[in-house]
Amino acid sequence: MQATPPIGTTPLAKREARLAWGLLSPTIISVTLVVALPLLAIFWISIKPVSLADLRPPVPNVREDVRGSGDELFIRYRLRNSSQDKSISDVILRDTIPDEVTITGALPEICSLDETVLSCDLGTLEGGASDQLRIPITAADEEATEQALKGSKPLISGDSENILTNTDFTLDNFARVFDGREFWEVLWVTLFYTIFGTIGALVVGLFAALLLNKEFRGQGILRGLYLFPYVAPVIAVAFSWLILFDPFSGSANALLVQMGAIDSSINFFGERPQALIMVTLFEIWRYFPLSFLFILARMQSIDTDMYEAADMDGATPFQKFWYLSVPQLLGILSVLFLLRFIWTFNKFDDIFLLTGGNAGTRTLTVNVYEQAFAVSNIGAGAAVAVVIFCCLLGFSFFFFRFMSKEEGL
Amino acid sequence: MTFLRQRYVTGALIGALWLIVLSTTIAVAMSFVTGDPFRPDILLSLALGALAGAFLVTGLGHSAVSWIAAGVMFALTTANFGPMVMESSPIYNGIGALLLSVSFLISIQKILESCGFQDLNKHEWEDVVIRFLTGVGYIFFTAIVFIPFYVMVMTSLKNQSELIQNPLDFSVDLSKGLDLFRSYTELFNDFSFGNYLLTSFFISVLTVFITLAFSIPGAYAVARLRFRGQAAFSRSILLIYMVPMIVLALPIYIAFSMTGLRNSIPGIIMIYPVTTIPVALYMLQGYFRGLPGEIEEAGLMDGLGRLSVIWKITLPLSLPALASVSLYVFMIAWNEFLLAFMLLDDPSKFTLTRGIASLNSSEIPRQHLMAGAVIATVPIMVIFLGLERFMTKGLTAGSVKG
Repeated sequence: MQATPPIGTTPLAKREARLAWGLLSPTIISVTLVVALPLLAIFWISIKPVSLADLRPPVPNVREDVRGSGDELFIRYRLRNSSQDKSISDVILRDTIPDEVTITGALPEICSLDETVLSCDLGTLEGGASDQLRIPITAADEEATEQALKGSKPLISGDSENILTNTDFTLDNFARVFDGREFWEVLWVTLFYTIFGTIGALVVGLFAALLLNKEFRGQGILRGLYLFPYVAPVIAVAFSWLILFDPFSGSANALLVQMGAIDSSINFFGERPQALIMVTLFEIWRYFPLSFLFILARMQSIDTDMYEAADMDGATPFQKFWYLSVPQLLGILSVLFLLRFIWTFNKFDDIFLLTGGNAGTRTLTVNVYEQAFAVSNIGAGAAVAVVIFCCLLGFSFFFFRFMSKEEGL
Repeated sequence: MTFLRQRYVTGALIGALWLIVLSTTIAVAMSFVTGDPFRPDILLSLALGALAGAFLVTGLGHSAVSWIAAGVMFALTTANFGPMVMESSPIYNGIGALLLSVSFLISIQKILESCGFQDLNKHEWEDVVIRFLTGVGYIFFTAIVFIPFYVMVMTSLKNQSELIQNPLDFSVDLSKGLDLFRSYTELFNDFSFGNYLLTSFFISVLTVFITLAFSIPGAYAVARLRFRGQAAFSRSILLIYMVPMIVLALPIYIAFSMTGLRNSIPGIIMIYPVTTIPVALYMLQGYFRGLPGEIEEAGLMDGLGRLSVIWKITLPLSLPALASVSLYVFMIAWNEFLLAFMLLDDPSKFTLTRGIASLNSSEIPRQHLMAGAVIATVPIMVIFLGLERFMTKGLTAGSVKG
């Protein structure tokens, strides 16, 4: 008899797969909620005419008091639409009339009384409109009436159209984003920042790694120190740079003037074109530690035999670097380039804190914030976000074609 | 090239360049420490450095020669006809000149070590250049990393008028005693930075725990269990790295505004872990894959269920990885700025980074801003330096998000 391997999925394999999905489900659910859904939402919002003010839907407000005296007593309801331009439909007011109070005379036509519950159908309340309702009453004691009425708060409800869920669509957001010169400038700034920031961080990181790729006392301390810019909170280092390069009382300007390098202070972060160069330098400064760490790790895993062989053959240090180290490092360098390229492209905090996107430093990501919150046009912000997302899809396509060869990072 | 390799030429060239580097460095350092004008004289540095370099090549190894050179350079510098122009008190001038001449002489001899009695071959020449570049590299990197942090700490100890009077003067007036830390006490007393610190700490620790609770089972499943879509799943984790936060922040802002979760700490705690789970999952699954599977199989044979295998075998074995991941997640949560900035408006609920952002206004003196920055930086630095080994491992392990 010959043993045959089981065909198809065995119960054991099924159980394993079920367990796997079970273990993964919390992650999948939370990531879907916070990443996938918002991504879909971005596409939806980008074709809606939404502004920041639309996030607070219009609500009807009501105030109740007792007016008049003696026989002419009445409850007054004052109604107001919280929004200036959006109407609210099906506005219904409900209030419980306390026992101390008797309603006399005719109710307004729109109102009806069911036992002690008064309900009024006010129909549609236009944007910015206000309305009044008077319910004539009699009461023994005015003071007590007022107290009793205060005990039951009037309830009011109404439907307002939610701009996020209705079927109004527009392409204005995209038209605005791609409008004219501004878009090309934003794109150019983004590319400059991304390309030079990435290459700069890689090159500087490579130099730092070369420096520390030998054993000496204090190597650990220096390595720790060189990682500081990356580890420190971005807000702390960004403000330190701002203060260091302040045009009026910054130490950098004072130092340069004193050394005779410049005649008058430079507004480093406030003027074109140096603002863009400065934010790129900041990016390089802040992220060279990351590439330094990866490159150093790779360098320390290179086999030393090769270098000994090269020494025997009389290779000079530069030759060893160029013909031995560089080819060994090419893999990690290109992976780092791709990763850093995408992350630099995505970077928002740094530029936002340093210049707020002014002085010619507005990148695509800063433009999202600018459109959505500074101009209060959420739809346009979402449209920029869609543009970013499409660029990223392109990048990640390249990334994955590459990563499949460069496993092991 | 052969011309460059003549030993006098090498000596002069490297000497000149090195003296420029050193005089600039020491001038900057002295300016930052004393606040008085120090500046390098580039032309004189060039000339003197070349002379010294060429001169030393002849007498390398003779300590008398180098001491004579150092003495001459010290005398010239104090007479203000040296590589550095100084306009400070005689004591500081003396210190500056001494520092410059001694450090130059010691270091240049190290750099020119192999320039003996004949011209250099290509190998030796490149060694000299590399030693020179190494020196420049150490100075450059230490300066660019150190200066912003130095400015941050020193500014926080000053007051507004001192800062405007002389932006270079970072000398600390020790006679002020505890008053030096006035910005800090004011931040804690008037701006409730104590609360922000606690909130940040609370949120970060909770984020670490939630992240671990979600990512450990997930990472184990991806690393060990066989199921359809496993490869696709480990790739899509990487994809999530690539979605920019600002793109997500916009819909999250909208959703939170509409549900009333904006301006609440639970809202922040719901969001932060999700930004860190993919990173943690990726780092952990890499580590789990490296663990020997046989131990777990032995556990399974002995009748443990999968979950108790994870709890009793895998987790105790991966404590170092858990430490790295926790530290890294803590760092992300502690440093997070964008979401806190967008989602929190109420000063009683600020995290530390949000609190610092609120200090950035023209009415609040900037030593407060810098004191806030120091308060946010110190805890993370202490953790980092104390557990650097874990941290660097964690940073490299997961090809981490930046």
